[in-house]
Amino acid sequence: MASKLTLSNRAGWTFALPGFALIFTFIVLPFFFAIGLSLTNQRLLSPNPTQFVGLENYQQLLGLAVVTLEPERNDAGEMIRNAAGEIQYPRLRAITRSDDYPQYRGMREWFHWQSGENVMIVIASDVVFMKALVNTFLFVLVVAPVQGSLALMLALLINHKVKGINLFRTIYFMPVVVSIVVVSLLWRFIYDGQNGLLNSILQALTFGLFQPVDWLGSPSTALPAVMAMSIWQAVGFHMVIWLAGLQTISPTLYEAAAIEGASRWQTFRYVTWPGLRNTAVLVLVVITMQGFALFAQIDVMTNGGPLDSTQTLVFQAVERGYGKQDISGGSTISVILFAIVLAISLIQRWLTRER
Amino acid sequence: MAEVSLKGVKKSFGRVEIIKGVDIHINDGEFVVFVGPSGCGKSTLLRMIAGLEDITEGTLEIGGRVVNQLQPKQRGVAMVFQNYAIFPHMTVRENIAFGLTIAGASRQEKQQKVAEAARILQMEHLLDRRPSQLSGGQRQRVAIGRAITRKPAVFLFDEPLSNLDAALRMDMRMEIGRLRRQLGTTMIYVTHDQVEAMTLADRIVVLKDGQVMQIGAPMELYHEPANRFVAGFLGAPSMNFLNVDVLELDGEVAMVGNQSLEPIRVATRRRPFRKDGKAILGVRPQYLRPVHSGKGLLHGIVAHAERLGSETVVDLTLRDERELIAAFNEDKVFEPGVALELTFDTALAHLFPDEGELQTH
Ligand SMILES: Nc1ncnc2c1ncn2[C@@H]1O[C@H](COP(=O)(O)OP(=O)(O)O)[C@@H](O)[C@H]1O
Ligand SMILES: [Mg+2]
Repeated sequence: MASKLTLSNRAGWTFALPGFALIFTFIVLPFFFAIGLSLTNQRLLSPNPTQFVGLENYQQLLGLAVVTLEPERNDAGEMIRNAAGEIQYPRLRAITRSDDYPQYRGMREWFHWQSGENVMIVIASDVVFMKALVNTFLFVLVVAPVQGSLALMLALLINHKVKGINLFRTIYFMPVVVSIVVVSLLWRFIYDGQNGLLNSILQALTFGLFQPVDWLGSPSTALPAVMAMSIWQAVGFHMVIWLAGLQTISPTLYEAAAIEGASRWQTFRYVTWPGLRNTAVLVLVVITMQGFALFAQIDVMTNGGPLDSTQTLVFQAVERGYGKQDISGGSTISVILFAIVLAISLIQRWLTRER
Repeated sequence: MAEVSLKGVKKSFGRVEIIKGVDIHINDGEFVVFVGPSGCGKSTLLRMIAGLEDITEGTLEIGGRVVNQLQPKQRGVAMVFQNYAIFPHMTVRENIAFGLTIAGASRQEKQQKVAEAARILQMEHLLDRRPSQLSGGQRQRVAIGRAITRKPAVFLFDEPLSNLDAALRMDMRMEIGRLRRQLGTTMIYVTHDQVEAMTLADRIVVLKDGQVMQIGAPMELYHEPANRFVAGFLGAPSMNFLNVDVLELDGEVAMVGNQSLEPIRVATRRRPFRKDGKAILGVRPQYLRPVHSGKGLLHGIVAHAERLGSETVVDLTLRDERELIAAFNEDKVFEPGVALELTFDTALAHLFPDEGELQTH
């Protein structure tokens, strides 16, 4: 509704102008730029004129196909096996480089599985992007519930009027105010494969039985290591949001529950949790957004490695746009990320709607 | 069903003593109202009985059992709060059944007890609504419904009607009275509203600064207040207090008077007075009547008059510049500035000792 406040408030609009200008210049404008650039072949520095290429960039990133490789057979129709008895298949290249299959040209194997005697191979035009996509989703799927519930537990623990409770609140909140770059650098030392703090502690606890692990250097542990550190870093922030939510719940509701004889668990189930509904939506959405924006930790700790095991969408967008000067490719990733985040927020809002 | 007994009960928050030694015995099935000015400790006392505040000193017995150390649920009490304290995310049905849900009652039992409570409170048609769709009075009825489903031994009410508007308050007051007759359970009711206290209570406990001023039936307190505080607290408009001189003392009767009051004889009711000392005379505004000049006991000038239709409240300035309120039960015009003489039945006046000249009501 257009009120007097929004229509005829010249001073108000004047005060808001610098803010609006900044938001427009650095958020709204780049947003539309990204959409525009994603439809061209623009490079950061290039002598060639920019051309409109339609959805080619999107095809280049999202192209996916499944090919079936049948066993090689001899003239009699029997499967050929090698010395070790393994079934022999034609090379994938025979398909992706063949003129018979122009649609698979340039695609590479992402992953495969055995189906009976055949091998099914999923091929992608951009395997690194696909890995980034999966890693980002994995990160969000693990971090959102773990960080959210951990933060809630901390909030419940420190939501008591006990002497010195502010000390705990401060300690839990501290990692949030330290720059994520600094935190990432520190955790690089903690995760060090030789004499990092984590390895040293685990060795001390197991009396030297534990074999040191290069946490950030092996594909199987790198992403979980980044997840753990990210959860630790921002848990205090979400704890504060939960805490704010907890304090909106009327103390008389707890007293009513106590008089009706509710146990601690029942009190949580019937009073606390329903009262935290809106907070839960907020925390979930914020963690999801932050998860999809995962960049600094990767940039400082792993650079997407080892073997692309910690590639993420934002890291890829930056890497492409500025590392490889492929601004249109980076923009395309940004737009895809925007579409994903928008879709997920809408789904979350729908799932957690007021019924 | 249970008696409640407080013996030497005290409560301190930190170093501040809020309840300063309270002894009250409440009989089984009795409706007792704690009344007193805001901040006197009524809620604190009630919450101590409920088990929401621990008891610093003294003993609390419910049903003959000392419950000082027991959790609220083990005391068999139910409580209704001023701000309703019903769960916003639950329907009326779920709210009423809350205690049963907590106790793990069967669906059948819940259904039956909710239906019974809804019938008693006449809210069968509201069961599937959420609290946000209810009026204040309906919300409070839900809270009462939640309290009665568990069949507690003692009901505790903490200013349950204070958040309601005047008309609704009267309806709910009558409803609580009806409920009380229907259930016959011990009830303790906290209010700062003397009308609620007078109309609902079997006995009233008047509190002031964490101490009991008087305990008794409503009319006993109204007609025979034990002290000036109780006399001034009950009745509206409140009792007039006049500073008088004790002219003569004759056993149970004192002759008192002052500049604007003709000498009258008043019963001392065994309170200590000194001849030629000071005293305070209490007269309810309703007991004053205008009379023809020359026959009045009190002499004043009308300062202001309010016509309420059934009653006319007159604000007078007495000869000694003090103020006096009179309430006449008829509609009559009193022009400001007119001299007025008043009389009253001296048997209905109360004489209180003057505890220092500084103390004013
Ligand atoms: N938890 C508390 N901590 C400190 N003081 C309190 C607390 N609860 C109540 N008081 C004090 O006790 C006094 C009585 O409060 P209360 O029982 O709520 O009065 P009322 O008669 O208005 O219900 C007030 O002065 C109040 O400030
Ligand atoms: Mg109170």
